[in-house]
Amino acid sequence: MPCVAEIVVVGAGPAGINAAERLCAHGHRVMLLDEGRQAGGQGYRRPSSGLDLDMAALMGTEAGKYEALHARFAGLLPQIDYRPQTLVWAVEDRTLHVVQAGVASTLRFDALVLATGAMDKIAPFPGWTLPGVFTLGGAQVALKDQGCLIGRRVAFLGSSPLLVLAATQYRKLGGEVVAIADTTPFARKLAALPALARSPRTLWRGLSYLGGAMLAGVPVLHGVTPVKVVGDGHVEALILRDRRGRERCFPCDAIALGYGLKPETQLAELAGATLRFDEAFRLWLPQCDADGRAAPGLYLAGDGAAIGGADAAEASGGLAAMALLADLGEPVDERVRLVLRRRLARLRSFQKGLAQAFAWPVAQIRALPDEVMLCRCEEVRIGEIRQAMAQQLGPVEINRVKAMTRCGMGRCQGRVCGPALQEIVAGAAGIAGEQAGRLRAQAPVKPIALSVAGEAL
Amino acid sequence: MDDHAGQFVRAVSRQGPRIMLHFDGEAVEASEGESLLAALLTQRSFLRRTELGSEPRAGFCLMGACQDCWIWSDTAGRLRACTTNATAGMVLRSQPPGVDALRG
Ligand SMILES: Cc1cc2nc3c(=O)[nH]c(=O)nc-3n(C[C@H](O)[C@H](O)[C@H](O)COP(=O)(O)OP(=O)(O)OC[C@H]3O[C@@H](n4cnc5c(N)ncnc54)[C@H](O)[C@@H]3O)c2cc1C
Ligand code: FES
Repeated sequence: MPCVAEIVVVGAGPAGINAAERLCAHGHRVMLLDEGRQAGGQGYRRPSSGLDLDMAALMGTEAGKYEALHARFAGLLPQIDYRPQTLVWAVEDRTLHVVQAGVASTLRFDALVLATGAMDKIAPFPGWTLPGVFTLGGAQVALKDQGCLIGRRVAFLGSSPLLVLAATQYRKLGGEVVAIADTTPFARKLAALPALARSPRTLWRGLSYLGGAMLAGVPVLHGVTPVKVVGDGHVEALILRDRRGRERCFPCDAIALGYGLKPETQLAELAGATLRFDEAFRLWLPQCDADGRAAPGLYLAGDGAAIGGADAAEASGGLAAMALLADLGEPVDERVRLVLRRRLARLRSFQKGLAQAFAWPVAQIRALPDEVMLCRCEEVRIGEIRQAMAQQLGPVEINRVKAMTRCGMGRCQGRVCGPALQEIVAGAAGIAGEQAGRLRAQAPVKPIALSVAGEAL
Repeated sequence: MDDHAGQFVRAVSRQGPRIMLHFDGEAVEASEGESLLAALLTQRSFLRRTELGSEPRAGFCLMGACQDCWIWSDTAGRLRACTTNATAGMVLRSQPPGVDALRG
């Protein structure tokens, strides 16, 4: 019986590949769907074809893991039904709605592993919609996928350990880094050291990147407040206030902006996962047990379940597969399961330390002036949110604010503005972030052509 | 604003054959395998203007999440420039076909 179960894995990053591999090893025929052109996901993204990029040099200490994952995927490929460039845009009643090359279809499943990864978490500030401001992850994608720098002189701004990592990669490839500016004060980083010391290798890697940047004379600032982007039609300078309150101007033509990652939870929510507000990450995260069980037949893994990085993604992919197998009544190797659980627990608690050392700047966001653009899709400014809330009667609820202002209703469906909108709404109402409620996921989770939706419904 | 040629800088060379495409009536050179966004932004400072405020935009996430990089093809409709490969002979626009006519 178990061998006829229809198992679908969504996401071909480290989490999804590990899950597919383990399911396959148990004799299951797995379908692996991914929107990307090539397997690997975000962190282990492959360069596009024809690019003379030395990935081993760029990946540095992580090159071995990158190569190993892609080699394992190549071995797995003949045994699975892998479908690249396939977007899953809805889930209902154990059915996935997918679109591939403009053609819509549906797929039935008995068990579903969602390994959908994450995107950058963004805090707006004056001028952030100017061409030349890109997400921090995007700055890395430009490099790995296309061999391009987002500009000649780049400022790295936000709060994330990936600021120094990306800046190091940019310097390696000839980019000028004008500043690495982190909004979290240095004292908070020191306070997080005990938690971070649980992953000494990763901590050491981060510190060595930081040391390298400082030795090269790159200004590294902590505890900054972004003031504005200056430019006529494109970025010309970044202005910020340093920790002493002095205004500093960094001439540049691009800014990489990122405040850590935020999981892609839309499909999980549609598939029946419950979300809860996590105070450490200040995000709505899907609830699941230690192995990734989120609902009957629904398993979550990788950064789409809880932000943990590539190593945690690999471990959690394996665990989700083992949970699924166990639920099908198949025997699993308890020893392996224990090792993976321990590794994942350690990596996730390291991530909690990171969330403390690289904090989401709640106070800075709540204090943003009215004229700042919040929703880049529908072009809604923060003042419009505050005004709508002043007129609104009854309890504060983020989806009502969305309906009144169109903030979060545009083409990105709240992916970019969601976390900041949460803070603006909570700040204006004087309530905790959680009490503002949560932007609900809606199908299609990404815009699809109307003709496609029409065919499928 | 005009002296700012390309937003992106190519740091790593490409092997693919050179191809031609058209964007808003201008000929643009690209490499096969290159994304439309990289091909356009290495030569221009932005991709499109927003519907409401007419602000220039050049994409944001580069990973298919924000949809800030939409452009239009005469044959294939709306495209996400960051995740679509350049192919020879593409005819592209920064606005949906018909918008210019509507705006007069
Ligand atoms: C832009 C970006 C760049 C990053 N760069 C680095 C880096 O350089 N180094 C580093 O250590 N970490 C990086 N990270 C962190 C990264 O999240 C993890 O390292 C790791 O990739 C997480 O693995 P994962 O398998 O959970 O998800 P991912 O690797 O993100 O894989 C998720 C996959 O799911 C697919 N997917 C999502 N939704 C759908 C859908 N609806 N339909 C079909 N397919 C879907 C995506 O296309 C993607 O391939 C980056 C993150 C981002 C967002
Ligand atoms: S730049 Fe975000 S979807 Fe293309």
